[in-house]
Amino acid sequence: MKEKGLTLPAKGDPNRIVPPTGITALLTVFVAGAMAYLCVFALALLFSTDRLADRWADELARTATVRISAPPEQIPAQTAAALTILEQTPGVADARALSDDEQRVLLTPWFGPDLPVETLPLPRLIEIIETPDGFDAEGLRLRLRAEVPGAVLDDHTRWRRPLIEAAERLRFLGWLSVALIGGSLAAMVTLAASAALSANARVISVLRLIGARDSYVARAFTRRFTLRTLAGAGVGTIAGMVSVALLPASDTPGAFLSGLGFAGGEWLAPLLIPLVAGAVAFGATRLAAMRRLRETR
Amino acid sequence: MIELSEVSYSYGDRPLLTDLSLKLAPGSFHFLTGPSGSGKTTFLKLCYLELAAQRGRIEIFGQDAAELNRDSVAKLRQRIGIVHQDCQFLDHLPVAENIALPTTVAGRSPESERENITDLISWVGLTERATARPPELSGGERQRAALARAVVMSPDLILADEPTGNVDWEMSTRLLQLLIQLNKLGKTVLVATHDLALIRQAKAQVQARVLRLRGGTVQLAGTDL
Repeated sequence: MKEKGLTLPAKGDPNRIVPPTGITALLTVFVAGAMAYLCVFALALLFSTDRLADRWADELARTATVRISAPPEQIPAQTAAALTILEQTPGVADARALSDDEQRVLLTPWFGPDLPVETLPLPRLIEIIETPDGFDAEGLRLRLRAEVPGAVLDDHTRWRRPLIEAAERLRFLGWLSVALIGGSLAAMVTLAASAALSANARVISVLRLIGARDSYVARAFTRRFTLRTLAGAGVGTIAGMVSVALLPASDTPGAFLSGLGFAGGEWLAPLLIPLVAGAVAFGATRLAAMRRLRETR
Repeated sequence: MIELSEVSYSYGDRPLLTDLSLKLAPGSFHFLTGPSGSGKTTFLKLCYLELAAQRGRIEIFGQDAAELNRDSVAKLRQRIGIVHQDCQFLDHLPVAENIALPTTVAGRSPESERENITDLISWVGLTERATARPPELSGGERQRAALARAVVMSPDLILADEPTGNVDWEMSTRLLQLLIQLNKLGKTVLVATHDLALIRQAKAQVQARVLRLRGGTVQLAGTDL
């Protein structure tokens, strides 16, 4: 808006009243970007642990195994006896002996694909699917011990419990990471805003002197820091999402980060990071501004 | 306009103003004089509410200063034009924007204020310097710009703290003429100064009361000026 050398700001526009802050502005954008980048990974960890816990629970919660370890000539008879007992056991929905091919698949990760299962003295495995109510593991174990000496019942409890505990711990760490990142962002923005407010104490004093309300002065600072944080967090979030997308997939050989990432609608969650970061920056700057303003009459 | 009743103010253990009572009528022109450290600036700060009276009562535009919240203080300051000795500009903004700042802060439309601000800049003789930054101005130009900013909201009261402290005699005279013009437009003017020659020059042109701060209280100066 220029006329005969006269430049005036837009109506009520508080943007220009705060002088440019140079390095502080760059630091705020950088920190917001870095925090958002880390937050994407923390979110990916959260979702991944959720999926992992669900998968482990689904796969292990309602299944059990009976292992028949006996001399080779007794295995078919003991397997049949165990299957009969299982058919009569309340809480067992289905029970079937694994075929040689299925046992070979189970052993492939250790012995390779060409293992001659039929020539080896391997135990026979019986897979049990439980009803939702489950069965009495201790009772079944006692009956098997009495009638099928080579049968050992494994209800997966000793596997499942530590796995679920690990998943819960990972989930907690994910939430903790998100909280720490959010807290760090708020602290950094507060520090940057406080520094800017201190550096502009004179600006604040002049504005109050000419009749500016606290909300007007605070708006000038909050708007600036909120926009910077939004911009930085936006870039950091996109970079984080691209990085997560480029992680090795779980079925890639040697992928040590198997499963870390987003699936389906989960990809929308990181898009909230810039908005939350902006809200955190707004709150932190406004608090700092109001505290500073209270020192000026 | 402004009424102070038995107002006291101390800095630590040192009392500066003691039981000071004074009333400024609308449209009046006052000089406040006294030696350095006598409390002239403190008196002005009490008037525009940068300081709160530790004792006594200050009434401005019919409102008790002690009962005003921060928003009310801000609103009230939009009716007071303040000229500081050090001007207090935002150095990153051009002179024109500094002068327009009170209207911006008050949320007025820049378009509706454009003519007013252009006229004001012309009135204080800064048309050619409107796009300069405050640090680029001379002492006199800064004081004139400060005066323009003080009156841009057409305030009822103008408070000036040593407005001629940093300028030569010719510029002092020019600033005084601007203040006298404002008073003739009905504005109440209070100028804190120790420049007796300036006061004498003003008294020849306008009915001005001269108040002298001494020993923490204010007295009406006599013919000794």
